[in-house]
Amino acid sequence: MRIGVVTFPGSLDDRDAARAIRMAGGEAVSLWHNDHSLNNVDGVVLPGGFSYGDYLRCGAIARFAPIMSEIAIQAKAGMPLLGICNGFQILCESHLLPGALTRNSDLHFLCRDQELIIENNSTLWTSDYSVGQHITIPLKNGEGSYQCDDQTLAMLEAEGRIVARYAGENPNGSRNSIAGITNERGNIVGLMPHPEHAIENLTGPSEDGLAFFTSILKKLVS
Amino acid sequence: MARIIVEVMLKPEILDPQGAAIAAALPRLGFSDITSVRQGKRFEIEFEGAATPEKIAEVERAAELLLANLVIENYTVRVNE
Repeated sequence: MRIGVVTFPGSLDDRDAARAIRMAGGEAVSLWHNDHSLNNVDGVVLPGGFSYGDYLRCGAIARFAPIMSEIAIQAKAGMPLLGICNGFQILCESHLLPGALTRNSDLHFLCRDQELIIENNSTLWTSDYSVGQHITIPLKNGEGSYQCDDQTLAMLEAEGRIVARYAGENPNGSRNSIAGITNERGNIVGLMPHPEHAIENLTGPSEDGLAFFTSILKKLVS
Repeated sequence: MARIIVEVMLKPEILDPQGAAIAAALPRLGFSDITSVRQGKRFEIEFEGAATPEKIAEVERAAELLLANLVIENYTVRVNE
């Protein structure tokens, strides 16, 4: 199974995302922001980083990268798409997911191991978790506060579209402690913390992040 | 040459931690009676010719597409004579 990882100017975590895909047993395919073709991949990861220097707003410029047009078309047709951190910001700017990520409420760039509670394991990216499972993976961002209007928040809650919440104290002012959400169909997931940095104990706080990547590979095989 | 000004502000209900930090700093510098600060962005867009209604409409389109994120921000457009 071939999973594409897009590199934008300023992407940081594309290599770790590609490595996580390989560790999970998939083939990682490098995609370039200026390309138009997705090279026949079965799914796409938008990695973390600071695409286009975070100029204007995080993800605002990356949204209009040539490759994003094709990704949006395919994702709306059901292609699996995971946005991590800056990737989540790009998904919100693209309106592939509702809401927006704003400056952390305490203004600090947070970099720490963060405990999450998995709330939805029916998405293509979370089926290897159980609902209510606690996982610990790195959180590292300055604009991770998830915001949306009351109506959208009620819809996300009612439809079970919150994929993960921060456990314990809310680190950044996100509404309802939201760490990640999914679209109606469950093929598009956006997540602020970084599962790709927690795939082996040598370099991460846990191996808890690997299941995002094993989930999608199992879904694609079956 | 004409110049059109676009100002973008976070919607009132969206927390503005930068504005809050500035509001907290000002009293320490002796500026009293300040109850709130909101921080926004200002874009100065220049082009050849006059600021016709068509040009203004085009800038509004740019504001909606790129300059502002309407999920969290409002914008205003005006001509700078």
